[in-house]
Amino acid sequence: MAPGESGGSALAEIGRSVPKKESFYKVTGTARYTGDRTEARYLHASLKISPHAHARILGIDVARARALPGVRAIVTGADCDVLTGEEIRDRPIVARDRVRYHGEVVAVVVADTETQARQAVDLIEVRYEPLPVVQSPTEAMRPGAPILHERLGEYEKGPGVVPVPGTNIASIIYVRLGDMTQGWALSETIVENAISFKPSDHAAMETRSAIAEILPDGRIHVVSSTQAPFAVKMYMAKYFGTEAGQVEVEAPLVGGAYGGKAAIQLELIAYLASRAAGGRPVKAMYTRLQDMITAPCHIGLEAIVRLGSTKEGKIVAAHLTYRFDGGAYDDKSSDVARAAAGDCTGPYAFEHLHCECLTVYTNHPYASAFRGYGHAELTFAIERAIDALAEELQIDPWTLRMINIARPGDLAPTRDLLNESNLGDLPACMERMKALAGWDDWKVRQVDDFRIRAKGISCFWKNSSIDPNASSGAIVSFNVDGSMNLDTGVVELGTGTRTVLAQILAERMRMRTERIHVRSVVDTAISPEHWKTVASRGVFMAGRAVLHAADDAIRQLKAIAACVLRADPEDLELGDEEVFVRGDPHVRIEVKKICYGYMFPNGNTIGGQIIGRGAYTQRRMNPMNPFTGEGTPGPEWNVGAHSVEVELDTRDCTYRIVKAISVNDAGRVMNRMGALGQIKGAMSMGLSFANRETFLFDNEARVQNPTLRDYSIFRYGENPEYVVEFVERPCLDGPYGARALGEHGLIGMPAALASALSRASGVRLNRLPLFPERIWRARMGYADDSVSL
Amino acid sequence: MKEARCQLELRINGDTRLANAYPTDLLLDVLRDSFGLTGAKPGCRNGDCGACTVWVDGQPMKSCLLLAAECPGLEVTTIEGLKGGEMQRAFVEQFAFQCGYCTPGFIMNAEALSRLQPPPDEDTIRDWLQSNICRCTSYEEIRLAVREVIQRRSEGKLAEEAERLVEDGSGGMKGELNG
Repeated sequence: MAPGESGGSALAEIGRSVPKKESFYKVTGTARYTGDRTEARYLHASLKISPHAHARILGIDVARARALPGVRAIVTGADCDVLTGEEIRDRPIVARDRVRYHGEVVAVVVADTETQARQAVDLIEVRYEPLPVVQSPTEAMRPGAPILHERLGEYEKGPGVVPVPGTNIASIIYVRLGDMTQGWALSETIVENAISFKPSDHAAMETRSAIAEILPDGRIHVVSSTQAPFAVKMYMAKYFGTEAGQVEVEAPLVGGAYGGKAAIQLELIAYLASRAAGGRPVKAMYTRLQDMITAPCHIGLEAIVRLGSTKEGKIVAAHLTYRFDGGAYDDKSSDVARAAAGDCTGPYAFEHLHCECLTVYTNHPYASAFRGYGHAELTFAIERAIDALAEELQIDPWTLRMINIARPGDLAPTRDLLNESNLGDLPACMERMKALAGWDDWKVRQVDDFRIRAKGISCFWKNSSIDPNASSGAIVSFNVDGSMNLDTGVVELGTGTRTVLAQILAERMRMRTERIHVRSVVDTAISPEHWKTVASRGVFMAGRAVLHAADDAIRQLKAIAACVLRADPEDLELGDEEVFVRGDPHVRIEVKKICYGYMFPNGNTIGGQIIGRGAYTQRRMNPMNPFTGEGTPGPEWNVGAHSVEVELDTRDCTYRIVKAISVNDAGRVMNRMGALGQIKGAMSMGLSFANRETFLFDNEARVQNPTLRDYSIFRYGENPEYVVEFVERPCLDGPYGARALGEHGLIGMPAALASALSRASGVRLNRLPLFPERIWRARMGYADDSVSL
Repeated sequence: MKEARCQLELRINGDTRLANAYPTDLLLDVLRDSFGLTGAKPGCRNGDCGACTVWVDGQPMKSCLLLAAECPGLEVTTIEGLKGGEMQRAFVEQFAFQCGYCTPGFIMNAEALSRLQPPPDEDTIRDWLQSNICRCTSYEEIRLAVREVIQRRSEGKLAEEAERLVEDGSGGMKGELNG
């Protein structure tokens, strides 16, 4: 039985489509995001960014800017020599003597108004000496390539990060199973497939914003559009040599994040700006252009997958080479790569496996987390190779996948033993997807003289690798009317997690979710810690903490009720905001009469206000060994199967995405419409990425499309029909059996779209995005699709 | 580049408001910074995303593409001044937003659209709503919400609804939405 379940009684709150708690605020303009905070006392920061992707800074002249009225301070790299980074400390907060990507911050102006700050930025003169650029992992690893970080060997780094000093390799990790010699010997058919795509962007509608202030007693106060307020607190203390308790971070509602707001960047800039202005509060908001190129982006990848199979389609050997384009600084990209390495095979069991997974520096905007955390990326590489193998073997691609899917009893690449709880039910998802897609009816169909319809499929798994000691807490309290307050450290990004947590509390307390109040701001000084609101861990971890907190509150309620009702606490039950005797339900007392203690008629009072607390840490986690891949980086592998149907016009290779299907093992659907929205929104993001999203770089690695006008993303009406279903095989560690869901609609979409378009066009498409021109070039036989590592 | 501030008399959400602004100030910034009407969002300041959509004389306009100095004499309506609540409720019921950042702009655009006569067809809805970007949802949810309101209004239920709202005086935002 999964945590929370009592067996027998039907669930009343879990599964119900409760609208998000902050819904009314969001439809009336009342919802306040970081950038909506305006106070007369705020100063404003504006950033001078580099127009070059790689250059030496010869000099910065701020004299004219400094002389403008209203300008209070100007920060340059000379003001701070701290290097930052979560995996490798390789990044100055403001560039010092060198810039490594287009958009890197070279100076910060602090002024009374935003307009004054921007005017001053224009007057700063920076002299550069351009340097040769590195545009891809392949280029970065060529002999003689410019080295981005000559001091790579001296940087402080986290455990498990293995840089190769003297090269552009920020980190390397190997995963090995079995014996490759034997694997190749058993292989009757071998295919090799290469894929690639460049960095792209999260493009959340709210650009990143931060407000920093240094209080008179030295405490640092930060408000930020962050997914990771507790990480901001920890790292700021570390970077600036203070105690974590001296740093207080508020995270209001966040206007879309998708991983991109887990990175710590603008908070540090705002802090330096405040420090330069005598500690006064400084507000900094990225422009859209800065949000796209200065802030961390979505990682790029070049990969080669070689699969060896028997004639019957059993894959016995896999050699995987992943080279992630981490951009100019490492940030989280080597951890994204590590997560990809941990699940490098996709949801398959390969007996003999060798994976070499590299994070490579280039002169691109640097990468951080992006929804899926390396998994849409590795899935694209694996699934394209599986399709190629199916073609080679003349086996149905669905059947080939079913033959090789990892099952309970198999080993994951990390050598974790898979079982029915820690592994979602992929065969069930595949069966359902096949039926919904009508896969057996047809796969390719000529519509008229020019148009062809085709279907593509993919499947995936994802473990959520987070720090092994990451914890999550919950605090519950009561109001005198018997309603409850719930506080956790989970930031509300739009996923509705805080509402689902209220549902979990309501279910456990056997009351209505409407009677649970949820704060929409996380404040690290008072909210219990939740490591980071990432990795689809909110419901899983904070949900377990909420169950503990509810049980703690229930124990206290029963203790007071036992005195009042003169009954054994063990005989008491809670329901509908009353505590009653199980065998004699008319002996009862309302929760509101005891939640602040109980006062007897003569004034004597017992108990006091009830505060429930709970915390949760994932069990038996340990980091992966970078040389073997062995470890337990995450607790469970969640799965799904996708299908996409397209209609291609063979004249110009334009196409329409007709339908997209996703079947996911949700473990337990906690909020039906919320879950559908999470999956469909993620599918949309995955298709938009695969269809059109990429940074376009010129020969000097400058981003040519840093606005929402030329960096196109899906708009209304461009979406296909979405079909979403759930399989519910409970995860025995998840609250009420729930599995992670937030990222999983995205992961297989690029692969499924490429699969459908390859079938329609008759050529293997292995590069993203799938621009019509790219398909046309492939059909014409231009060598556009080759990656040579 | 010296320029003087000027005093602008603006009509905002039915009230006359005075703003002390530069001739170059965007309507978006004056709404947000002078009046605290932060429902209009600066998603791009380039007319690309629609998150700052407000009504000017009843027409949806991107407030990042207007100068405040252009607006005296015009009725400006922001999401904070939107009365009726029907579109807002439909967005809540259909889960037509997640992070909510694009929502005020979408609702202002969709609400103006839904008042068109004759009721807009699918192509018109698409043309209008393509001026806004939502990064969280699949757009299907938004389509359902907007279609529902348009359909209800075209069925002539608007009059009834208006009467009911006047009677209970809640402005349409009362009552449980959950369930």
